[in-house]
Amino acid sequence: MSAYPEAHFAGSNRLFSTIWIFLLLLTGVEIFLGYKPMPIHFMLTILLGLSVIKAALIVAYFMHLKFERLSLILTLVPALVICICLFFVFFPDSFRSSGLRYKIKEPPPVTKSDKE
Amino acid sequence: MSTEARASTFPAADWDGGVLPYHVGHRKLGMWLFIISDSLTFSALLMGYAYLRASNNWPTPFPFSPSIIFSSVMTFCLLSSSLTMVFGVSASSRGNRAAARKWILATILLGLTFVVLHLFEWKHLIDEGLRPFFLPKHWVEVFTTADGTPPSPLFGATFFAITGLHMFHVLTGALYLAVVAARVKKLKHEDVEISGLYWHFVDLVWMFVFPLIYIMSVDVGGVTKLASG
Repeated sequence: MSAYPEAHFAGSNRLFSTIWIFLLLLTGVEIFLGYKPMPIHFMLTILLGLSVIKAALIVAYFMHLKFERLSLILTLVPALVICICLFFVFFPDSFRSSGLRYKIKEPPPVTKSDKE
Repeated sequence: MSTEARASTFPAADWDGGVLPYHVGHRKLGMWLFIISDSLTFSALLMGYAYLRASNNWPTPFPFSPSIIFSSVMTFCLLSSSLTMVFGVSASSRGNRAAARKWILATILLGLTFVVLHLFEWKHLIDEGLRPFFLPKHWVEVFTTADGTPPSPLFGATFFAITGLHMFHVLTGALYLAVVAARVKKLKHEDVEISGLYWHFVDLVWMFVFPLIYIMSVDVGGVTKLASG
């Protein structure tokens, strides 16, 4: 067997253009949602969901992972997802520390604006 | 039947050595591993940002013009640069190196446009008075809550750290692609594909930075503009 696999790059320019249009549409939806009044947790969930869909499209088609061997996908993706999920272990502490903080009434340091 | 005799009848498996178990070269596998580790770096930064945001009174100061318009155009540039890059890799796989170079140069141009627009956005915020650990005075007036809690001065630190690291990746990627474009006729197709992987990763990171940093901090009523006069 040769040292390197032969050049192969599945997917047509038409397919990549369709993915690009879809990514632009999802970005448009994100900007639209930014101006819709809604609870911040709800907005965060929707925006992160859309971002994960966009990331998956980029990884699958532009980065070509969809056309790679399953063994490569299984080596890379679950490990990354598990590590990122483990970061969330710290997140609930942010709400606790928010409640424990000493209430500072003094204004924070500011810079002088040119428009003053 | 002895063990040795049985072993010799097995076909060569992926994990026996001498073959490529993932069917990719070592350089491409190395780039994938780098991308995984860099993903964790950005994930940690974004998680730190989310932690600070949830545990503080966080300002939402980005007006539609120029911040959201600029960042949207920047997103368009990066997404389009990914499309031109994938066209370049596709041309390279067909052996059309001249077309591959043309598409890679278009990718660099779009990447540099992103950086220039981003620097304009930074300049606008710095002129307003935003610094890594200081807020503009009118932001403090606008975003102090009714019970007197002032906004967190860490807004600038998280903003400049995350977007700055991303901009550094874009600049590094543009340099990397410039080298690939210059030597495209001498390089293997896999080398072009590897540079594409890096560039798409830079685009991928922005897909999280843009909504979390910009869209989540939209100044819907334009209060900061009103306060700044």
